[in-house]
Amino acid sequence: MSFISLLWVLLLGSLLGLELIGKVPPTLHTPLMSGANAISGITMLAALTLIVKAEGNVPLLIIGSVSLGFALFNVVGGFFVTDRMLAMFSRKPSNKK
Amino acid sequence: MNLPVIIKFVIDLLAVLLLALGIKGLSKVKSARDANRLAAFAMSLSVVGLLSYYLGTSGIAIQSWIWIIIGSILGSLFGAILAKKVPMTSMPETVALFNGCGGMSSLLVALGVAIFPISGGQENFDFFKSLINEISISVSIFVGAITFTGSIVAMAKLQGWLSTPGWTQSKVRHFVNIVFAVASLIAFFDLIKGNTSSIWLLVIVSSLLGIGVTLPIGGADMPVVISLLNSYSGIAAAAAGFVVDSQLLIVAGAMVGAAGLILTQVMCKGMNRSLVSVLFGGSLSAQSTSSSGSGEYTNITSCSVEECALTLEAANKVIIVPGYGLAVAQAQHTLREVTKKLEQNGIEVVYAIHPVAGRMPGHMNVLLAEADVPYEQLKEMDVVNPDFPATDVVLVLGANDVVNPQAKNDSSSPLYGMPVLDVQEARTVFVIKRGMSAGYSGIKNDLFDLPNTSMVFGDAKKVLNDLIGELKDLGVGEK
Repeated sequence: MSFISLLWVLLLGSLLGLELIGKVPPTLHTPLMSGANAISGITMLAALTLIVKAEGNVPLLIIGSVSLGFALFNVVGGFFVTDRMLAMFSRKPSNKK
Repeated sequence: MNLPVIIKFVIDLLAVLLLALGIKGLSKVKSARDANRLAAFAMSLSVVGLLSYYLGTSGIAIQSWIWIIIGSILGSLFGAILAKKVPMTSMPETVALFNGCGGMSSLLVALGVAIFPISGGQENFDFFKSLINEISISVSIFVGAITFTGSIVAMAKLQGWLSTPGWTQSKVRHFVNIVFAVASLIAFFDLIKGNTSSIWLLVIVSSLLGIGVTLPIGGADMPVVISLLNSYSGIAAAAAGFVVDSQLLIVAGAMVGAAGLILTQVMCKGMNRSLVSVLFGGSLSAQSTSSSGSGEYTNITSCSVEECALTLEAANKVIIVPGYGLAVAQAQHTLREVTKKLEQNGIEVVYAIHPVAGRMPGHMNVLLAEADVPYEQLKEMDVVNPDFPATDVVLVLGANDVVNPQAKNDSSSPLYGMPVLDVQEARTVFVIKRGMSAGYSGIKNDLFDLPNTSMVFGDAKKVLNDLIGELKDLGVGEK
């Protein structure tokens, strides 16, 4: 991948992000923030790459592993907590007769 | 192009598509839960894609597997436990903590790559040979460190572990932060020039900058800061994407970064604060102490729980205005008991939700939903405001600034222009409050002085419990 095409990817990704959430009901601000936060843990892929490419370099393996741990803490925790919040909304209609 | 490359390409493309759909779906109530799961699925898919690619090309050493498994299990385990255990009232600080860890992860990746340049593989992994890599490493460290320390400070402040030191409210903090910012810039350029040792300077000063910028910000503005830091962690991820040459990382990071910015903007609007004043203005109370807002109350009417119960019993329509005080007292379940009784008596009950009720936009909805309040009874500000003149009783529970008429009437008030709930239009207003202390903004609330407002002093949960007792004595809700 050349640097220029990566820049294009960055630009288009940003534009996509700007367009994706035009209108959000205030109800969903907290879950949306939390869900988006979980996605930002995608940096776990970078941590994985680091570990795979470490080629037996132990300090690098440790850094990668700690980094992976932090990222997965963000991802797993973020998605679970978002689901917990959203479960409370979706449960409502069935409760109401 | 060989097979593993094609497979990874397809999976990455699919993952980006699903992530985008996920973020989109999260902005609608109906689809939100499925969208969250879709995004989670897309994330796991991306991991499978990456691992299968390396298995198909360079292979993954046993040693690498071991470290991958250790990191994954520990991270996921702690994340899942915290997510399950944390009470709904501490949601803002939880999001801040998760977010900080995401930033830390990007920081560590960049640090690892910078300290131990990886030998070239089949992709051009010549780190520190090209300017671009150095720039992306620097950006990743800079943004990652700010995200981490900023989020941790935000969390500590929300938890009450950290107060706002006095000096941070003076002009000194601008000077201090400018010093940190300049120092990070110097380290940044030094690093790009190829001076690897300045990496530690960059880590330290950008960490300090994160602390220095977040520390002066008051509790009321913290949600905006968390949202902004969330956007930063996306940027950090995108920068890490440049470091390891991953398009997926760049796209996802950029999406979160941009979406986070929009969300921050939306939140600012709801609180009538500009992003600039949130970041550089210090906490609102510090500015307003000398303004017209602080004055003595002259006409406070206080009343007993019994009177409150009698008035409620005679009402046809009741609007509840819940605020942060309700969340702190953990009284949402008790409140639900009260409203159930009223409803059984044929009284119409509606909850008026200000966009920033609670501690984060939408936080109050989550708390009330947890207490089994039907979703249909939660009304947003614009919907409920025209209803107040036709309302008999308004119960204000732990809300303050969001019901301050000053925001409409007093152009000299710091609150002026903020959208508020027009509770004073109702026939009777009961404000359940612990004492006469001011709200987040530290501004006097003119509502309390109005003749149709009565104060019921006490802890929200205790008052509500007493209210249940009084209503029982009156025979309300027992048919």
